Amino acid sequence: MENIEGPRIRHEKEVGGNRMKEGQRRIRVLIAKPGLDGHDRGAKVLTFGLRDEGMEVIYTGIRETAEGIVQTCIQEDVDVVALSSLSGGHLYHFPKVAEMLAQKGMDRVLVIGGGIIPEEDVPLLKEKGISAVFGPGTPIEEVAKFIRNNVTW
Amino acid sequence: MAIYDKEELDEIKQRRKIWENTLLKGEIEKRGEWKKEFKTNSGIPIERLYTPLDLNEKEWSYPEKLGFPGDYPFTRGITPNMYRGVPPRMFVYSGYGSAEATNQRYKYLLSQGAKELIIASDLHTQLGYDIDNPLSRGEVGKIGVAINSLADVEVIFDGIRLDEVFVGAQANANSPILLAFVIAAAEKQGVSPQQIKFVVQNDVLKEYIARGTYIFPPKPALKFSCDIIEYVARNNLSEWMCPIIYCGYHMREAGANTVQEMAFTMANAVAYIEEVLSRGINIDELPQQRALFVAGLDLFEEVCKHRAFRRLWAKMMKERFKAKNPRVMALGYTCGSQSSLYTAQQPMNNIVRGTISGLVQALSGVQTINIAAMDEALSIPTEESATLVLRTMQIITHETGIPNTIDPLAGSYYVETLTDELEERATRLFEKVQSLGGAVACIEQGFQEAEIAKEAYEQYKQVKTGGRVWVGVNQFQMDEKLSIKLMRVDQKEEERQIEKVKRLRKERDNKKVEAALKDLKEAAIEETNLVPTILSAVKVYSTIGEICNSFREVYGEYRRPAY
Repeated sequence: MENIEGPRIRHEKEVGGNRMKEGQRRIRVLIAKPGLDGHDRGAKVLTFGLRDEGMEVIYTGIRETAEGIVQTCIQEDVDVVALSSLSGGHLYHFPKVAEMLAQKGMDRVLVIGGGIIPEEDVPLLKEKGISAVFGPGTPIEEVAKFIRNNVTW
Repeated sequence: MAIYDKEELDEIKQRRKIWENTLLKGEIEKRGEWKKEFKTNSGIPIERLYTPLDLNEKEWSYPEKLGFPGDYPFTRGITPNMYRGVPPRMFVYSGYGSAEATNQRYKYLLSQGAKELIIASDLHTQLGYDIDNPLSRGEVGKIGVAINSLADVEVIFDGIRLDEVFVGAQANANSPILLAFVIAAAEKQGVSPQQIKFVVQNDVLKEYIARGTYIFPPKPALKFSCDIIEYVARNNLSEWMCPIIYCGYHMREAGANTVQEMAFTMANAVAYIEEVLSRGINIDELPQQRALFVAGLDLFEEVCKHRAFRRLWAKMMKERFKAKNPRVMALGYTCGSQSSLYTAQQPMNNIVRGTISGLVQALSGVQTINIAAMDEALSIPTEESATLVLRTMQIITHETGIPNTIDPLAGSYYVETLTDELEERATRLFEKVQSLGGAVACIEQGFQEAEIAKEAYEQYKQVKTGGRVWVGVNQFQMDEKLSIKLMRVDQKEEERQIEKVKRLRKERDNKKVEAALKDLKEAAIEETNLVPTILSAVKVYSTIGEICNSFREVYGEYRRPAY
């Protein structure tokens, strides 16, 4: 994992012209499911929905580790990582991803979460670097709007 | 065979025309209609009115389409007297935290009238990781009970006799291990395998399509599941044991429509049956099988689905597999309410959704009913919400009068038309899957998963545009403070469980465990039936992770392709 250098990959994208014109690049989002939970209807719907909102969206499938998610964030040079959990494991998994991103100097990546998350856990998650938590039934425009307003380019 | 004579039909036709051109036309011109198109939940167009003409047009025949309960084609039910003989069995999906906590919850539910318990196990158990595996962190005891070895199962059933209470295991990728745990625990209670009342879900193929709880690649996983069916068939355990439940439920929860639920479930069932038959088991000797479907809120479509699928199943067994034994042609159901329609918003509304689902199940003539607790959009159920579910099922069974007569919706022009339509649509999609190489080939290509994901997004868009009203979500929202108490599993439970498994590894006879694990690997390589070898490993307290790791070494682990 250590041999993957974020800046190098980013540089290739710049050469490719993707980053050359500021403001024209699409927001890149990684949708990830940390932990063992396999329910990914929401993750898939969000993938389609954010693509329709004009974003580039990668969904790497279920059962990711925090290490794997952070590695993908670096490799794919994403601006946002959206974490989903329906199994009640969010208090363990979400902060771990945010923490590891910070350790890798990737704190510009906006971390958001969703799934079955009790309201009372939201303040704690925010404290740990999860910028927003979206519950079941949230319209995707709302998620997209939050991303646009809070993403760091 | 017409059910009306020609004269009567002519009169109906004539009066229908008059009604359309006068009364109906006038009403529509004056007030209009509140939707442009009326469709079922799966998008099947619905007529404004159904009459005998609809049945007559397609030469609908009572003996051919319905017949009699307990007899081919089983549309009206699988036993001759249905709920008059055996009322719907109420099951409760339950389990959380530790074996001790779950045992307490089970005893409580049984004392309140539950007849069937389904062991909900947590994710590391379902995926065959030990509790102290780093991958299990954060998940221990969360969505079900943590099971690491036979020791946990002994505690779960402490004081609950396995020949008295129907027990189900929501076990799929790990199903032979759960079966072995239950057989071994029963033995300690002095209950022989033939007496155990046990149902194991054991439908691993749907895990690749929908729920995601798979371990090995699809082909060895299919073999793993069929080992149980074969074991039950060859050891005469079939009287009380059901070795497989074909699940459409999880596909629906992932977004599938009713037709996909039926077709993909049938295709999976065919894959299992073909594998079992290839081992020399006669189709007429197959052990009992069940299907698990969702009872959604489109009441008529859901009832028709159950009726249509019973008929489809009977035909499939008779025509495709040349079965002669009526028992094999009759498919029993376990049911569940569609929790994906439950809302985190105004959660009390879910009590109503659950009740409607219970009505659907009773009207469909399912054998085992189940309703999700109202808090399931937010958490696993509290004792209070689990009790409410039990009471709802008891009210439906004892106060509504639905069980008094068999298949009460039969004969409705709408119900029979829709039943036929669903059967036809499901048959077409089933044949498409078969033409693409069958269930397993389609799973490997991601066909079903992609079709379901498309459908899920369509449904989302309908909610977004208001084409589909979802009370409390896209209409009739309220500013609210959550008023219900939620179930929480103590984070410290994880530490306690880790300690427990460490202690187990110290106290057991590790030489025996090593030998048993070696046997497992060899049995997997030799492709013998794995159940007896797993049973031996379980009895010496091998852990679930150790057992699965032995198989991982042979089969490898599966990863679904990225999106």
